[in-house]
Amino acid sequence: MTMLLMALAGGVGAATRFVTDAAVARRSRFRVPLGTLVINVTGSFLLGLLTGLFALSSADSSGATLKAVIGTGFCGGFTTFSTASVESVRLWLAEGRATGFGYAATTLVLGVVAAATGIGVGQLLG
Amino acid sequence: MAVTDGPAAAASRRRGRGGLGGSPRLVAVIFVGGALGTFARAVLEDAAPARPGAVPWTTLAINVVGSLLLGLLLETLARTGPDEGWRRTARLGLGTGVLGGFTTYSTFAVETVGRLAPQTLLVGIAYAVGSVVSGVAAAAVGYRLAHGLRRSTPEPGARR
Repeated sequence: MTMLLMALAGGVGAATRFVTDAAVARRSRFRVPLGTLVINVTGSFLLGLLTGLFALSSADSSGATLKAVIGTGFCGGFTTFSTASVESVRLWLAEGRATGFGYAATTLVLGVVAAATGIGVGQLLG
Repeated sequence: MAVTDGPAAAASRRRGRGGLGGSPRLVAVIFVGGALGTFARAVLEDAAPARPGAVPWTTLAINVVGSLLLGLLLETLARTGPDEGWRRTARLGLGTGVLGGFTTYSTFAVETVGRLAPQTLLVGIAYAVGSVVSGVAAAAVGYRLAHGLRRSTPEPGARR
């Protein structure tokens, strides 16, 4: 049951990513794919928040189920590693290697900082 | 919602990457693909869960394989014709949906933070940098594979 809800939440996450990416791309004046960056950073923060909030919940609690459905499902479907990789390659080919790796490194640093911030905030609230 | 409008903006909304203008069918295709990709990831993570303090090999493998397949898919579609009709449905359903849902940045980021403690700092750094470098390399390999496939099947009417 949790698995089914998780998959459905992943579908909602993927659809939300599509809509968010289009909305950011329409407003962005940069050649760097800002939509995927924003999505991966906010999704990492949200999963960090859930991880911090439910760090002490037992495996069969409703908190653990919520974390699995929203965290593994929605956040996992919303964020995407493959698009970040492909966009780094595209930037590399179009703008040079420094831009491609700069984009990958920026996403990595911001994503990890966002996840750490989320975990910290979640632990404070939890 | 004040959006700068004009012919260019309207056109890009219609055929740009992810125009919102009346395409509930495409959003549904992405939803189904994303659910399938997420399900596959959840099954694999369940079968081989990450051990605390160790490299999360399952997530790493998912992200690297997904990056290769997305590079291969997008470049194959881009090289065989315009982004419309079945090609657009395949790009959004398989790429944005299945592979986007299969791979995950959030789990990767949270797993990295969990390993950036003093005792497992090297594991955390190796996992973070190793994932990103392998992911980009795998996507580049996917691109090259698409070029290779294309070269072995010349376009109809192409001179040899």
